[in-house]
Amino acid sequence: MSNSQHTPGIVPGRLNSEAYSDNFSDLHPPLDDHEARVAADRCYFCHDAPCMEACPTSIDIPLFIRQIATGTPEAAAMTIFEQNILGGMCARVCPTETLCEEVCVRETAEGKPVVIGELQRYATDKRMDAHPYKRAASTGKKVAVVGAGPAGLSCAHRLAMKGHDVVIYDARPKAGGLNEFGIASYKSTNDFAAREVEWLLSIGGIDLKLGKALGNGLNLETLAADFDAVFLGMGLAGVNALGCDGEEKDNVLDAVDFISELRQSTDLSTLPVGRHVVVIGGGMTAVDAAVQAKLLGAEDVALVYRRGQDRMNASLFEQDLAASKGVRIITHATPKAVHGNGAVREIEFAYTKDTADGLKETGETFRLPADQVFKAIGQTLGDGQGLSLEGRKIRVSDSGRTSRDGVWAGGDCASGGDDLTVTAVAEGRDAAEDIHNTLMGG
Amino acid sequence: MKDLYGANLHSTFLGIESPNPFWLASAPPTDKEVNVRRAFEAGWGGVVWKTLGEAGPPVVNVSGPRYGAIFGADRRLLGLNNIELITDRPLEVNLEEIARVKRDYPDRAMIVSLMVPCEEEPWRKILKEVELTGADGVELNFGCPHGMAERGMGSAVGQVPEYIEMVTGWVKKHSNLPCIVKLTPNITNILGPAGAAKAGGADAVSLINTINSITSVNLEEMSPEPMIDGMGTHGGYCGPAVKPIAMNMVAEIARNQETAGLPISAIGGVTTWRDAAEFMALGASNVQVCTAAMTYGFKVVQEMASGLSQWMAEKGYNSTADFVGMATPKVTDWQHLNLDYVTKAEINQDDCIKCGRCFAACEDTSHQAIEMSEDRVFTVKDDECVACNLCVNVCPVEGCITMRELPVGDVDERTGMTIPEDKRTWLQHPNNPSADPNTCIIRGQ
Repeated sequence: MSNSQHTPGIVPGRLNSEAYSDNFSDLHPPLDDHEARVAADRCYFCHDAPCMEACPTSIDIPLFIRQIATGTPEAAAMTIFEQNILGGMCARVCPTETLCEEVCVRETAEGKPVVIGELQRYATDKRMDAHPYKRAASTGKKVAVVGAGPAGLSCAHRLAMKGHDVVIYDARPKAGGLNEFGIASYKSTNDFAAREVEWLLSIGGIDLKLGKALGNGLNLETLAADFDAVFLGMGLAGVNALGCDGEEKDNVLDAVDFISELRQSTDLSTLPVGRHVVVIGGGMTAVDAAVQAKLLGAEDVALVYRRGQDRMNASLFEQDLAASKGVRIITHATPKAVHGNGAVREIEFAYTKDTADGLKETGETFRLPADQVFKAIGQTLGDGQGLSLEGRKIRVSDSGRTSRDGVWAGGDCASGGDDLTVTAVAEGRDAAEDIHNTLMGG
Repeated sequence: MKDLYGANLHSTFLGIESPNPFWLASAPPTDKEVNVRRAFEAGWGGVVWKTLGEAGPPVVNVSGPRYGAIFGADRRLLGLNNIELITDRPLEVNLEEIARVKRDYPDRAMIVSLMVPCEEEPWRKILKEVELTGADGVELNFGCPHGMAERGMGSAVGQVPEYIEMVTGWVKKHSNLPCIVKLTPNITNILGPAGAAKAGGADAVSLINTINSITSVNLEEMSPEPMIDGMGTHGGYCGPAVKPIAMNMVAEIARNQETAGLPISAIGGVTTWRDAAEFMALGASNVQVCTAAMTYGFKVVQEMASGLSQWMAEKGYNSTADFVGMATPKVTDWQHLNLDYVTKAEINQDDCIKCGRCFAACEDTSHQAIEMSEDRVFTVKDDECVACNLCVNVCPVEGCITMRELPVGDVDERTGMTIPEDKRTWLQHPNNPSADPNTCIIRGQ
C-alpha cells in the first residue's frame, strides 16, 4: 500500500491501519462509573427542568441523572426508555448542545452544562443486554410500519408493547434507517445501530421484512386493506440537485450514499476517497461527510455553504468538530459549475451576500480543485402516495394522522420536527399511542 | 513556615507555646516518632501524642478494616469513623520517642494523651513517667467511645461527671503538668462533663472526641461497616460532618456561667483555616486536627496557616488571642432573639440561573412564598415569605438569594405589623402567657 494523502485522484488506503482505527473510534468514549457519578453530581435536579422541556422525547432527565448519582444506572435507563426506546442511539447522535444541554442551568451559570448526552449513554449502555419490556396481552390487531428507521422502530416497539402485531418493512437490506446508514461512523461504533435494532426487536411481535418499499413490492392501498392501521416512516428517498452546469459529471455524488457506503464498509482502508474533496451543504450530513472524508485521508476537504455560518443547520459543536479535523468551512458561496472532462476536476463557486431581497451573488467567483464532490443540500420525499402535503412533506397532525383515515406518518417524511433522530422517535411513539387509542377505542 | 501575610500566628495555651494554633489531635497521625517528626517538619504547631495506656501487654487492635467513611460524589471524604484503640505499642517505646522528639523540637507543643484504669495508682504512676519525657502537658482521654469504653475507660469515664472530677483531681494531685480533659460528645449535655472537669481542677478541656456511629451498612452481607469477619461495631465519627455538633458544644462551654473562662482546645472536623477561625471565634484558644491530616497528609497545615494569617492581616488582628471568643456573646437562647426583626428573601434576577430549586423547596416544603412565571422568572411573595432562609440554602448560586431586612417603619406584608424601633423577644411577646403585659399594651395589642 503506497498511497498517501498526496496521491492524486480517488484511491483507497491513504493512511496506515492504525490511523483508520484511531480516526473512526468513539467520538465520546463512554464514561466509567466514577466519571458518571461525578458528572451526575453536577445536576441541580431543577424544578420543571428546562432540559426536559428541550428534549423532543421529554425524557425525565433530572430523575435519570439522580438515579445514576445514587448508583442505579439500570433504573436510569428505564426512565429514558420509557420516553425514548432508542435512547441509546439518541445519546450518541443528538445535537445535545442545541437541545437539553443548551438550556441546562449550568450552561447558563458556567458555560459548562451537565453532560446529559454522555450520561444518557452511560445509563442506556447498562441495559442493552436483555430486553427490558414485556408485551401486553395480544389485541389481535395488525399494524403495518413502512420504514425501519428511528420513527418506524419507535412506533413498532410501542405498538408491540401494547399487544399489537406489527409488520415492519424496509427498502434496504438492513434495518435501522439513518441510524444504520446515515450517521457518521465515529458516533455509532461497534455496530451499535444494528445491536440496538436487534435489542429493540427482541420484545417480540414485530415481523421485519426487508427489501420492500412503497412502489417496490408494496402499495398503500393493499397495506391499508390488509392491516388495521398503517404507519409511514420511510424517510426521504430523493436528494436535492445542485442545479448548476456539469452536475452530471462523474464523481459528483450524494453525501448520503458516501456515508452509507462508509458505514457498511468492513475495511475502511479499501474505501477510496479523493485527494481533494468538496462537500456542499451546511447541515449535519454535510459535516458527517466532510469530516469522514478527511478522516479517510483526503488531503484537503472544503465544506461550502451558500449562506452565513449562523444559518448552518450543523450545530456549533459540529462545526468546531469539522474545523478541528482540518475541514475548511467556506460560507457565502454557491456552486456555479462543475468542470472536468468526464469526471469532476474543479468546481466553481460564486460568492454570495445577504440582501434585503434575499441571497444574491456578488459576481466574484472562485474554483476549488475536486476529485469528489458530495452533495448534502437536503433530501426530498419523492412519491407522496396521494396524501396531502405540507410543503414537500406528508402533512400530519400532532399525533401523526395523515389526510387518510387509518394512515399515520412520522419522522423525516412527515411535516414538523427537525429531521433529527430524536424527533423521529417522538413522532413514532406518539403515533403509536394514537393508533392504539384509535384501534382500542373503536 | 512561609507566611506571606505576616500575621502573628503564635499561640499560648495554658502557658504552652506553639508557633501556630494548629495541633494534631491524639490519633493515628501522632502514634509514632516518625509521624510526629514529619508533622513538625510540615509546620504543625503541636501534637497530642496518641493515647498511652499503662505498662504491660500492649493493646491489641483488629487486623481487619478499622475505618469507615461517607463520601461526596467525587469521593470527597465527608466523615470518617474508626474502631482503633489507644496505642498498641509498648509504653516505654512511646515515652522514649516523646522525649526524643520534644528535645529536637523544643518550640512545638508536646501533649501526651493518657488513658489508664479508673484507679489512682495507675494515674500517679504514668504521670511520673510522662513528666520525665519533658512533655508540656497531658490530655486525659475520657472520650473514646469504642473498645476501651467497654473496659471502663474512655467515654465510660467521660459519661459520668463524678468520675471525671475524681480522675482529674488525681492528675492534678500527682503532677504539675498542665491538664487538659478531653470530652466525649456522647452525652446529653456537655456542661455536666465540662463542669466536672473544672471542678476537678482541669486547666482546660478539649472537645469533641468522636461520636458513636455506624457509617454504612453492607447490604450484601447485611453487616455494619467497617466489617470484621462479617460483624461490625459502632465506631467514633469525626471529620467535616461533625463540625456543627462540635461548634455548639464549644460555644455552650464558652458562654455558660459555670464553665466560662475554662480554656478550650477545639476538635471536630477542622479542615481549613476558616474552620479554625470559627471555632476560635466561639471561644476555643486553639484547634486540634486529625481527619484533615489523615485525608490529605500533613501539608494541609500550610493552607490553614496561610489562610488564617491572611484573614487576620485583613482584619487587623495582631494575635490569635485577639479574636478568640469574639462570637461567644452572640450565642444566646432562642427566647432572647428579636421577634420583631423581619427579613424577606430577595432573588437577584441577574444572578438567577432559573433552576427552580427555590420554588420547589418553598412550594413543596415551606410557605408557598415564591412565584414562578411561565418564562421561569422566580419572585418572592413578600406577603407569604416568613424569611425561613431555605431558598437561600438550596440555591446553587452563592449570593443570588439574600435576606433583606425591613427597616423600622416598614410594614411586614405578611403580618401587617409595622416594624417597631424597640425589639420584642419571646419574653415580651403577647403570645407568651408569662410575658410582661406592659409591653403588650404599649404596642396596642
